Amino acid sequence: MDKVRFATVWLAGCSGCHMSFLDMDEWLIELAQHVDVVYSPVGSDLKHYPENVDVCLVEGGIANEDNLELILQVRRQTKILISFGDCAVTANVPAMRNMLGGAEPVLKRAYLELGDVGPQLPHEPGIVPELLDRVLPVHEVVPVDIYMPGCPPPADRIRATLEPLLRGEMPLMEGREMIKFG
Amino acid sequence: MDLTELIDVAEAHRAKQKNIRIHCCTSTGCRAASALEVLKNLKTAVEDEALGENVEVVGVGCMGFCGRGPLVQIDPDDALYEEVKPEEAASIIGSLKGGTATALKGDVQHPFFARQVKIVRQHSGKVDPESIEDYIAAGGYRSLYKAIYELSPPEVVDEITRSGLRGRGGGGYPTGLKWATVAKMPGDQKYVICNGDEGDPGAFMDRSVLESDPHLVLEGMAIAGYAIGANHGFIYVRAEYPLAIQRLQKAIQQAKKYGLLGSQIFESPFDFKVDIRIGAGAFVCGEETALIQSIEGGRGNPRPRPPYPAQAGLWKCPTLINNVETFANISAIIREGADWYAGIGTEKSKGTKIFALTGKIRNNGLIEVPMGITLREIVEEMGGGVPDGEVKAVQTGGPSGGCIPASLLDTPVDYDSLVAIGSMMGSGGMVVMDQDTNMVEVAQFYMEFCRGETCGKCIPCRTGTVQLYALLTKLLKRQATQADLDKLEALCHMVQETSLCGLGMSAPNPILSTLRYFNQEYTELLQAPKYLNGKVAVE
Amino acid sequence: MSVKTLKIDGIDIAIEEGATVLDAARQAGVPIPTLCHLDGVGDIGACRLCLVEVGGSRRLLPACVTEVAEGMEVQTNTPKLQEYRRMTVELLFSEGNHVCAVCVANGHCELQDVAIQVGMDHSRFTYRFPDRGVDVSHEQFGIDHNRCILCTRCVRVCDEIEGAHVWDVAQRGAACYIVSGLNQPWGEVDACTSCGKCVDACPTGAIFRKGSTTGEKERDRAKLDFLVTAREKHEWTR
Repeated sequence: MDKVRFATVWLAGCSGCHMSFLDMDEWLIELAQHVDVVYSPVGSDLKHYPENVDVCLVEGGIANEDNLELILQVRRQTKILISFGDCAVTANVPAMRNMLGGAEPVLKRAYLELGDVGPQLPHEPGIVPELLDRVLPVHEVVPVDIYMPGCPPPADRIRATLEPLLRGEMPLMEGREMIKFG
Repeated sequence: MDLTELIDVAEAHRAKQKNIRIHCCTSTGCRAASALEVLKNLKTAVEDEALGENVEVVGVGCMGFCGRGPLVQIDPDDALYEEVKPEEAASIIGSLKGGTATALKGDVQHPFFARQVKIVRQHSGKVDPESIEDYIAAGGYRSLYKAIYELSPPEVVDEITRSGLRGRGGGGYPTGLKWATVAKMPGDQKYVICNGDEGDPGAFMDRSVLESDPHLVLEGMAIAGYAIGANHGFIYVRAEYPLAIQRLQKAIQQAKKYGLLGSQIFESPFDFKVDIRIGAGAFVCGEETALIQSIEGGRGNPRPRPPYPAQAGLWKCPTLINNVETFANISAIIREGADWYAGIGTEKSKGTKIFALTGKIRNNGLIEVPMGITLREIVEEMGGGVPDGEVKAVQTGGPSGGCIPASLLDTPVDYDSLVAIGSMMGSGGMVVMDQDTNMVEVAQFYMEFCRGETCGKCIPCRTGTVQLYALLTKLLKRQATQADLDKLEALCHMVQETSLCGLGMSAPNPILSTLRYFNQEYTELLQAPKYLNGKVAVE
Repeated sequence: MSVKTLKIDGIDIAIEEGATVLDAARQAGVPIPTLCHLDGVGDIGACRLCLVEVGGSRRLLPACVTEVAEGMEVQTNTPKLQEYRRMTVELLFSEGNHVCAVCVANGHCELQDVAIQVGMDHSRFTYRFPDRGVDVSHEQFGIDHNRCILCTRCVRVCDEIEGAHVWDVAQRGAACYIVSGLNQPWGEVDACTSCGKCVDACPTGAIFRKGSTTGEKERDRAKLDFLVTAREKHEWTR
């Protein structure tokens, strides 16, 4: 059987989900026998998201123009998109800035009101991606195939989600072990 | 007071009345168009012309044609003047001496008036609402006397049951059955509540009844008190109706003075007092359990039923709660008899109903029509149709009701027919819409109303309305996909089936009815999805 | 007192008259999710999670306030009820700011538990991200309105059991919030006895004991040095 073309992407999140992914420890070796890691901040050095990805774990919400561009590309080029962790599923902690009501007040709060020395707004077009007005969960931007909550999802949950996929089956996301938030 | 005295009051007052009575509407609508100035000028003109011997000017309640106020009507020759300006008042009085009235003369033979059957509004626009003598002279309080001295309480209940009267607040629950339930409940202390917390946007039937004929409602409540064994009634009026409150206060005082309310009414052992309670601006207090909590001094939140107010209502006592218009029907039923009343209307909806006919229509105002009249007769004949356009839909039942398309205008107006086509009778709002009306915007308007008026106690209503409004807004911004539309419909059903009280249960009706009859207007707003089957990108 | 017999999801149950369908379901071992119900205080039927289908009734009825009746046939977990319950929980998550990761109640939160129970792996409704306040004026406790689901368990426990009636609900609809005293900061409400019943009654992390929140976490950096010294130099006192 062909190897599963596997990717992980890191959007607006703390990378904790990826750390939890690495916490799968020795099972990663077994995973490596079944997949080709075609794109991942922790498993591949490729800079461009490739075509024909079978499974992709998406960590993080959609917070800026870069996130948006990447998630659209991921959706176009991926068969099974997994919202990986609470930031992807609910926008979680990054979205706590949404209560301020827009990108402008967030930047002002962070860089002017809380700026200790030389407060100024960052402005580097083309280098610093523009913030979206709101941080969004992935499924509010593109359709999602599997939701894996958790902050982070424990390694066992990640494994229990991926194992059936490697067999060509969909995982059953229910019960405390699989869908507890936080 | 006994019957002889009542008749004496009536005859003495009739003897005092002048041959020619000039009626000038002094209700809220006409007041806003300077009716009080018209009234003053009419009175001055009578003095100036020295007509005081034969002519009197009377400030009366609503005559119905509110879109053309202020209205002045001359009794007995029935001439009607519309949109009377204060400076035209003198010419109307002058016309009594052969002059020409410069005011716009109305057509009293117009179907707007001719098709009406007035039971609730029998005295509206004819009696001075601030004079109990006027009401007594018109036959008022005779039904209360009849009930106390000629009928036993069960006979009164039976009369109401046989009349076929159903609740006019919108639900259409059989009034007689409700009365019988409260009457048969054990307990010494029972209450009567009159629900005057009319809140549907554009509806003002109850305000008009309270402003125009407060004694009619009080008499109905007293008869109810006698029938069910209650000695205390409350009338709950929204604070936005200051004139109604003022006139009710006056009416209660007058009735107490004559011994028609209070202790030993008509020198019988029957006591009945009425207190006014004023709402604080919450639409949800029109829901009976919320209204009861509000009277008790609590936050106006609905509670689950059962127990129904008939079992455990005000201060946990059996309580009869009816709408203003329902109580306003009682006097006539007792006077004329159940058979007479049951002869009006359809098989299952008896009597008349008042509607506030508004929107894109020539003749705006209040109409009292027999049940069973078709929407087309109301809109086209009485309302005169849409000026320079065509009827697209008629909305009945306010935020709880639905939009009825023009193709169903031949539907008879009765409780069951309106429910069958996805709307409801409601309390009597009737808004006519023309071809330029965007039905999704209409749904959004009503959802905005419900979103702002939900009490917040139960989740589906508190948050469901917020999400429904957000989905409609997304649609109108042309950002929604078919998936959003499916979600909208699913959420409508969820809110309808899981909400705690009638507000939430009926809040999705404007969306569901427009989805049913004007589906194309929704689908036209849809965006093509960027992704099909959650997989393939469509660029 | 008489006894009523009824069927819950096909299970025969005999229970005293006046008991609720929820009581009967618990006796039958049938789990019905609830949030506004709290044993020992009055029921209000507000959260709508315990809605059940009762044979002969067109409407769905809240199990917590529906009394048992002879011969009643109750269905507690039909596909329709499952779907409505999940939607209800999604609506709750969408209306507040429920960030489990940084919540004091993470792991012992009834809202979190109910989400698992109804199988909610994400919310189909758009998050509202309301701007709600936090009141930490009380000496021992705090209330974070962002996490409040307006179940009013605090209101009822304070009123019915403590008899202080510190809490009530202000405003209406989406603007509703739990209000202390006469809309005063909690710390200024004289009626509050600091009994802490509201803290225990709260199903989420909205009302909490101070010192337990993520934001209040105090780091003892010196302890790291102490441990190193202790190991290396065997100095076990600070």
